[in-house]
Amino acid sequence: MFSRPLLRFVPNGTRINFMRGRFIGLATSAVLSIASVILFLHPGLTLGLDFRGGIVVEVRTQGPADFGQVRAALAAQHVDAAGVQSFGAPNDVLIRLDAPPAASADHEARTQALVDSVRHAVATLPGAQVLRADAVGASVSAELFRDGMLALGISLLMILGYIWFRFEWEFAVSAVITLILDLTKAVGFLVVTHFEFDLVMVAAILTILGYSTNDKVVVYDRVRENLRKYRTMPLAELIDLSINETLSRTLGTSMTVFLAALPLALFGASLSSFAWVMLFGIVVGTSSSIFIAAPILLLLGEKRLRRDARPPR
Amino acid sequence: MMYYSRLKLASVVAVCLLGVLLCLPNALRQPAPTVPWRQIHLGLDLRGGSYLLMQVDMNSVTADRLRTLADGTRQALLGAGLGYRDIATDAHAGTVTFTPRTPSETEADLKTLRAMPMAVANEFAVAQRPDGAIAITLSPEAMRLRATEAVTQSIEIVRRRIDATGAVDPEITRQGDDRIVVELPGISDPERVKHLLGTTAKMTFHMVQDSALGATPGPGVSLLPMMNAPDQKLPIADHVDVDGSDLTNASAAIDQQTGEWAVDFTFDSVGARAFATTTKANVGRRFAIVLDNKVVQAPVIRSAITGGNGQISGGFDAQSATDLALLLRAGALPAPLSVIEQRSIGPSLGADSIRAGMISLGVGFGLVIVFMALFYGRFGWYANVSLLANLVLMVAILSLFQATLTLPGMAGMLLTLGMAVDANILINERIREEIARNRTPLAAMQAGFERATSTILDSNATALLAHIMLFAFGTGPVQNFALTIMIGIVTTLFTTLLLSRMLMVRWYARTRPTVLPV
Repeated sequence: MFSRPLLRFVPNGTRINFMRGRFIGLATSAVLSIASVILFLHPGLTLGLDFRGGIVVEVRTQGPADFGQVRAALAAQHVDAAGVQSFGAPNDVLIRLDAPPAASADHEARTQALVDSVRHAVATLPGAQVLRADAVGASVSAELFRDGMLALGISLLMILGYIWFRFEWEFAVSAVITLILDLTKAVGFLVVTHFEFDLVMVAAILTILGYSTNDKVVVYDRVRENLRKYRTMPLAELIDLSINETLSRTLGTSMTVFLAALPLALFGASLSSFAWVMLFGIVVGTSSSIFIAAPILLLLGEKRLRRDARPPR
Repeated sequence: MMYYSRLKLASVVAVCLLGVLLCLPNALRQPAPTVPWRQIHLGLDLRGGSYLLMQVDMNSVTADRLRTLADGTRQALLGAGLGYRDIATDAHAGTVTFTPRTPSETEADLKTLRAMPMAVANEFAVAQRPDGAIAITLSPEAMRLRATEAVTQSIEIVRRRIDATGAVDPEITRQGDDRIVVELPGISDPERVKHLLGTTAKMTFHMVQDSALGATPGPGVSLLPMMNAPDQKLPIADHVDVDGSDLTNASAAIDQQTGEWAVDFTFDSVGARAFATTTKANVGRRFAIVLDNKVVQAPVIRSAITGGNGQISGGFDAQSATDLALLLRAGALPAPLSVIEQRSIGPSLGADSIRAGMISLGVGFGLVIVFMALFYGRFGWYANVSLLANLVLMVAILSLFQATLTLPGMAGMLLTLGMAVDANILINERIREEIARNRTPLAAMQAGFERATSTILDSNATALLAHIMLFAFGTGPVQNFALTIMIGIVTTLFTTLLLSRMLMVRWYARTRPTVLPV
């Protein structure tokens, strides 16, 4: 353990013919992504407080929560009791209310005042305490949503630009197409799991995109190196060779990031859904590096990258 | 590539030791003279507390400015013996308009207005409109300056008010053009603070225009509601006789005669003089104390008040009298503030989050270490040493800048650690390949370092780009996540490109192995 490695992740000198299965890989990915897009359109993402606005109050009651009592206490403060739900432990109660319609003049003030009404209601419940109380007004939630989408969009463009600058356009385009396919699957995962889509999820998705790009860069780096080294090898064979050569690294790094994110998913409290999305993204990103990014590169570059013996940049 | 000078070795070790030193304060309870005292701050999500995002009402800043301008215009024209009709303000256009008494006075009006100090300072421009009216327009620069001043001044007032409540370590910062962020560690129910900050507390003293009682108020007079009886309205002169900002002190007290709660205040010399002059000249008339456009009380002046002391009573209880005194002492906000986002976390949830973060960090770190040891042997352990150095340096940099750490920040650290070994894996895999091609250990290591470097830089650059965007567009916890990852990328480059590589090279130089442990 202290000198030679005890285990080997991938045996040396694998010769797996990934490119033979490229159409199956692309088809599977396309089906999953289309399904995700359909899920995104209907039923759609569950928007979190950041993006939807309104209030969320988490309450811990003494002993198992009596929902009837909680609803009655809210009704006494003229608060709509429909938003009461259970979450986590049996003595935890989540109160979630939408913001008043933005058309009314004092909607911001009313959103903020809702929290105080809920607090007053909770104060009438013996032994109950407020764990968390958030209120986000309509103007802030609209801004947060816009900023989140901008962050996603600009990041994708910058990644495209960077890879374009460092590699040739075939690489950049296949990377970004793959990233978009990854992204749609992450969205589908969010819809299926009912995880709330908020700024933290945007952070998870951006992190996944960063890591996924990482993976692609390593494979592409090797493709570029091999293009120089083996002037006559057909591109399909060359890409296969490059994937095999980097397989151990691709899986190794994915594994360490996976291991780092796993405890967060299991014990990470409020970040657990963030970590599950990360784990999902790591698996998708790793497989897309092998089964999607490389085949797309093959499709785009079959004619061009091998057209002449000109050494790539 | 395969040689490290003693100097380089010493500096890498020195950086790591410095990192340990900078981490120390976080583990100690009391400041020690031997260590630099800079700690990481726990974010509100870990510590418990409240976050309030407040919006400064800029429309009211403009409206206020226009009211002052209209008042100034009136005074200037009257002072020059000129007349005016239909004086009006337009907040949208930022103008005050009026019609000269006769067209022949137009030139004199323009001349008088252009001589006003505000006009000389280019704060407004005066022009005659085609219909003969005169328009006074505030310049955009002056308005912008006013707006900036209003926010700066609001921050100051907010700080004074919050300090007066005894809050510990409050953070008050400007956000964007017209917003203020208030962070209150340890205060998990911000209701009182919200109330204190939501009150403008602009107190002014005006004459009551009793002659206008019952009639429609003329120009320069407004109908204001009584504080305790909003249906009852009094005609109050717009002109401010005494300004409540000229106070030196205010305190809650019980009125000796009535036994009710009241607020005693003391004017400074400017206020005392104005108060004395006004009361002397208006004995027998009613004098209104106006707070945020509501009349608190309107007593009849019985005699001139020259001592500079006064009392406000108007149905207060202990809490409202104390709060009003606090607000008067802290000063009025230049414009109303409204809360548009609030987030508060109770102490127990914060403690839960710290525990969750620490457990995740510990378990995640442990899993990665075991993985590297099992799959990469000796070189894996070198990676683990640099992984530990990486964690230390991240904490050190956060401490050095006294940065805030949130739960997402801890997740960022954890993911950085998971990703950091990528560089070691890249180098190791490359060495393995080179060995498989029958290279000598030295050549294999050299090739491993050389080839892997550009890949490491490329992959970190793309991750950095994504997180710069996240930092630029995110807020609060998400920014913190992006920040820790960005710091992590820098420390990762240091620990993998310098430290773990150096460990490998030193080991090679010491033992000159014929077979590499890969």
